Amino acid sequence: MSCSRMENKILGYVDGRLKEAERLEVEKHLAACPACRMRVNEFRAVSGLLDELPVIEPSPAFDLRVHARVAAEPPKQSWWAWLTPSPRVAFAASMLLLASIWIGTRSPVNAPQVAQDDIPVLENYDVLSNFDVLTELPQPVQVDDGGQQQN
Amino acid sequence: MARSDVQLMLDVKAGDEQSFTLLLHRYRTPLVNFLYRMVRNREQAEDLAQEVFLRVYRAREDYVPSAKFTTWLFRIATNLALNSVRDNRYQRMEISLDAPVTVVADDGEEKKLDVAEKHPNIEQHLVEETRRKMIRHAIEKLPEKQRAAVLLHKYQELDYGEISKILQCSESALKSLLFRAYETLRVELAPLVAQQGK
Repeated sequence: MSCSRMENKILGYVDGRLKEAERLEVEKHLAACPACRMRVNEFRAVSGLLDELPVIEPSPAFDLRVHARVAAEPPKQSWWAWLTPSPRVAFAASMLLLASIWIGTRSPVNAPQVAQDDIPVLENYDVLSNFDVLTELPQPVQVDDGGQQQN
Repeated sequence: MARSDVQLMLDVKAGDEQSFTLLLHRYRTPLVNFLYRMVRNREQAEDLAQEVFLRVYRAREDYVPSAKFTTWLFRIATNLALNSVRDNRYQRMEISLDAPVTVVADDGEEKKLDVAEKHPNIEQHLVEETRRKMIRHAIEKLPEKQRAAVLLHKYQELDYGEISKILQCSESALKSLLFRAYETLRVELAPLVAQQGK
């Protein structure tokens, strides 16, 4: 094993996380390499120093705060909830439906009655065909588009 | 017999709130410590830890035990911590150089350094505190991803497979990351390393 391959093994060796075959391979290299032996010792020392940091405990109110935040969470609605409206919405919708039906079926008692006889102009189309004002309209302007249009 | 993390989480999914409390008790201390060492602020670490538990709770109905519970938990925590560290980076640069010198007590509280403080062995206390401060600073100076790798490897004792999933890198890349981190720590802590070797 080369020193560069030791890079991926050295920490596992220090922590005792290597498989038996890997450990033996590393130890074989260490026996012949003072530089890697020194690095193993230094990594062990670093690991020991990291152990010196004390463990802190969460504050006494930590659990309470978590539970309060959890309790403040709105209940999660499933997709089925979209199809089951709340009682208030259901009541409002049914009232709207009833009102629509009532208005639709109601006879128009107060609406002004217009008899067919009151619109004689529409029945006499000759009035429109002989209407002189229409003949006095200006003639449309002819556009010359380069001879494509024959007069 | 204690229920496994996965079983507890499945029970939470089924509506058992008590199982959520058990998970909270099991992981609040490791999470707060991990986050505290990442963000270097106790109050912020606790806020982030609460956020982790809240996200776990929110995700309960969609939970599928496809990975170890700790992998999922610390992945949420790591992402939150990395975002927080990046957000705080510029804020920290604005801290006045005239700020009073503080020490971090064993309970994680920052206190003004008071040499006249009553202590059975003030000299010994200061030596220990200086060592801890050096160690903390060495960890703090590591790039965020290396720091997370060291903390998950050293303090949470997660295996390489889990850590690589949390940090979303290959196992080989993780080993390289850890090697570089330990190399940096070895240099930063050289005086203490030399003492340890004696």
